[in-house]
Amino acid sequence: MLSKKQIFSKGILAVAPHMFSVIPFGIVCGAIGIELGFSPVLVYAMSIIIFGGASQIVFLQLLSGGASALIAVTSVGVINSRHLLYGAVLSEYLEKLSFIKKLLISYLVVDQGFAESNKFFQKNRNETHLHYHLLGSGGTLWVCWQISTLAGIILGSFVPEELGLKFAVPLTFIAIVVQDIKKLDHVIVMITCGLSSLLFFDAPFKSYIIISPIIALFVAALVLRLKK
Amino acid sequence: MTWFTIIIAGIITYFMRMTMVALVDRDLLGERVKAVLAYVPSAVFPAIIFPGIFINDYGTFIEMNDPKIFGAIVAILVGYFSRNVIATIISGLFSYWIIIFLL
Repeated sequence: MLSKKQIFSKGILAVAPHMFSVIPFGIVCGAIGIELGFSPVLVYAMSIIIFGGASQIVFLQLLSGGASALIAVTSVGVINSRHLLYGAVLSEYLEKLSFIKKLLISYLVVDQGFAESNKFFQKNRNETHLHYHLLGSGGTLWVCWQISTLAGIILGSFVPEELGLKFAVPLTFIAIVVQDIKKLDHVIVMITCGLSSLLFFDAPFKSYIIISPIIALFVAALVLRLKK
Repeated sequence: MTWFTIIIAGIITYFMRMTMVALVDRDLLGERVKAVLAYVPSAVFPAIIFPGIFINDYGTFIEMNDPKIFGAIVAILVGYFSRNVIATIISGLFSYWIIIFLL
């Protein structure tokens, strides 16, 4: 049985490699907000209030482009709706927590933290302090996101654009799913999602980000039925 | 007004994170739904990966000889065999940089 501290440290270590994408992305996110003419306090407050990378950038771009508040809020909602799926997966492992703890830990759930902690949970179902992994992974991502957006707000986008560090984003997610390519059912689901995302890329409100997972999960349900 | 909009967006985002963890009783999900949930990572992350590789900053498809495709293939191979997240990301970035800076 691992101690709370050990599990917490494992959570931190699990997301550490993802800083290659999170930190440059945070810097760009902060810098874009200032470039678009928003006040530094407002741009930074989003990192605390919304705490969701891509959705923060889209939100500011829409507002500065003259879109209505309703459209901006809807887009954030659509982009972040995938967290409903993360929550549904994680609830299995967080069931025993008190209601207050559930409310607090939910705030820390983001893509990479969900992915890495979920992997740990699947392999260590019987540990008592499982949620400390999510505190470690989510907490690390939260702190790094705050620091990097703040750095971008104060210093501007000091990461040279020629480096193309945006490309680190798909790479970190490749690192997350790559072990599943040995399973045919997962490959089918991944390709369905990937192709759907290209097909629906121009759908309004960036909704490809939730449309393609829904299509892929329907295909997953079909695959499960065929497997029986 | 912008502040109000941000707070609403934040509340909505928080509810997306919290609802399934804290408000919905897990027993309400049927066995079939639970089985499908095992596919969530495979069903969600390619929607970030594919556009990140195949669609450029202007929202159009890249050419088939784009260095990102090469970088992604290297990352997949290194990731699959090394089982190491850092190696996957670094190998993808370096192979991408070698093409854009040296070739």
